[in-house]
Amino acid sequence: MHIKYIFKLLFLVFIVSCNKTHKLTKIKAERLEINETLSKNATVENFIKPYRANVNKNLDSIISFALDTYSKTDGDYNTAIGNLMADAVFTESDPIFYLRTGQHLDFALLNHGGIRAPISKGAIRIRTAFEIMPFENSVVIVALKGEQIIKMTEYLSQYGKAHPISNQFQLILNADSTIYSATVNGNNIDESKIYYVATNDYLYNGGNQMTFFHPNDGLYVLDYKIRNVLIDYFKKNDTINPKRDNRFIMKTK
Amino acid sequence: MKRILFIKQATSATVALGLSGLNLQSFSNTTKKITILHTNDVHSHIDPFGHQHSKNPNKGGIARRATLVDAIRNENPNTLLLDAGDIFQGTPYFNYYGGELEFKLMSMLKYDLATIGNHDFDNGIEGLHAQLPHAKFDFVSANYDFTNTVLDGLVKPYKTFLKDGIKIGVFGLGIKLQGLVDKTMYKETSYNHPIEIAQDLSKILKEDELCDLVICLSHIGYYYKDQPKRVCDLNLAKATKNIDLIIGGHTHTFLPKPTVEQNSEGQKVLINQVGAYGLYLGKVDFYFEDGKKTQSEGTQIIV
Repeated sequence: MHIKYIFKLLFLVFIVSCNKTHKLTKIKAERLEINETLSKNATVENFIKPYRANVNKNLDSIISFALDTYSKTDGDYNTAIGNLMADAVFTESDPIFYLRTGQHLDFALLNHGGIRAPISKGAIRIRTAFEIMPFENSVVIVALKGEQIIKMTEYLSQYGKAHPISNQFQLILNADSTIYSATVNGNNIDESKIYYVATNDYLYNGGNQMTFFHPNDGLYVLDYKIRNVLIDYFKKNDTINPKRDNRFIMKTK
Repeated sequence: MKRILFIKQATSATVALGLSGLNLQSFSNTTKKITILHTNDVHSHIDPFGHQHSKNPNKGGIARRATLVDAIRNENPNTLLLDAGDIFQGTPYFNYYGGELEFKLMSMLKYDLATIGNHDFDNGIEGLHAQLPHAKFDFVSANYDFTNTVLDGLVKPYKTFLKDGIKIGVFGLGIKLQGLVDKTMYKETSYNHPIEIAQDLSKILKEDELCDLVICLSHIGYYYKDQPKRVCDLNLAKATKNIDLIIGGHTHTFLPKPTVEQNSEGQKVLINQVGAYGLYLGKVDFYFEDGKKTQSEGTQIIV
């Protein structure tokens, strides 16, 4: 009994002393680049292969055809690719929104920076939608009073970028960037009316300094990624030929 | 069995030496080396970037990382491989497989531990939960409280490892989710202040768990220039003690070498982050020698 107890005590002392007897004397750090000088681990590479093949097969499937190349630098205030995106968000989201709320959308607004790649002439693949929209942003519908829409038009006039707007909305600027006219479905903006505007969650949360989405009169989350909007739109339209038009322009003298 | 035998011999040796002889012969006077390897914000970058990529042509790739990790482990089996979060989101692999491939591959590379980044909630907390069976490594987060979520009990605040007799404690820290991630994604995950939690955890790891090495696996971000007082790794380092290394993420900060900060007691803390996308592997070697450190002895830092 006695001896056992002493052993136990010694064991404890041993453990404690063991734990406290390491001193950190040196730290050496380096950053190692992962590049082509490293061979690929065959087991890992072979494991990835079927996944990669499946993803690529799907991404490479052709879903539409572009008559031309469309890039976000093709216009000052509106571009063919931007018009296509805003119109696609409008036409793909409106039926869902109507089904849920009994209301129709008034128009859609996106941001110029959100167009991450051009559409090249020829085959449009699922990969194209991933290139244009690599982010996971989704459609949200914001109920905004006319006074907030006026703030939006002021923002668009001052920002001077071709932020995509759908064709229900028209904004014409004077040569000094002040607003000449702003209409929704051909009507002047009514300060007290509620407008239903489709945009994405990034902009709703103040991205691109778009502060006019707050305060608002309601938010509707569609759970519909912008990328999927594009994929659905391409699948429904076997040929696309978007145009730059007069929805957002600066008046010439 | 061998270990028990060793202890018995050691205790008999103690008896033989008498109680004063605590500087046991059985502790050989050799240097022990612990290697910490780390990644962060890999964002589903499984394949290398293409040859024509404008920024990172032909860089990255997990199959190459596997080769490097294997070589380092062969050289030093006392190695830990850690990830500081945002494993998910960034390539179609995530959109098609929801993170399954990322976790399976990290398991093949024998990752030891990871923490949770904001993008790991991109398929919702259920999406993360659904992929956990594919991860053969654990997740730690000390400041996310998952009590009322599907992750309850599945994510521990910290984990300890014993490598060559050196005890290593690693705890996790996550970024504030409100305003960054939609509430419908993170659900009832509650967020506690990282610095207060780190103060508690580092004390537990040092004093209760008696760790020789304390590592914080952080996804709170390196530093925010426009908000210098915001919680970040640099501020965390200064406001805490007992942490040896902070492995960071979130801000995609490409540090060519670790930053050395002074903690609340004037001791040195290393902060490291290797940018994003698996372009780099961070490597920090810790050398230990037997015996207690005296006041005058410092730790040599070669970065």
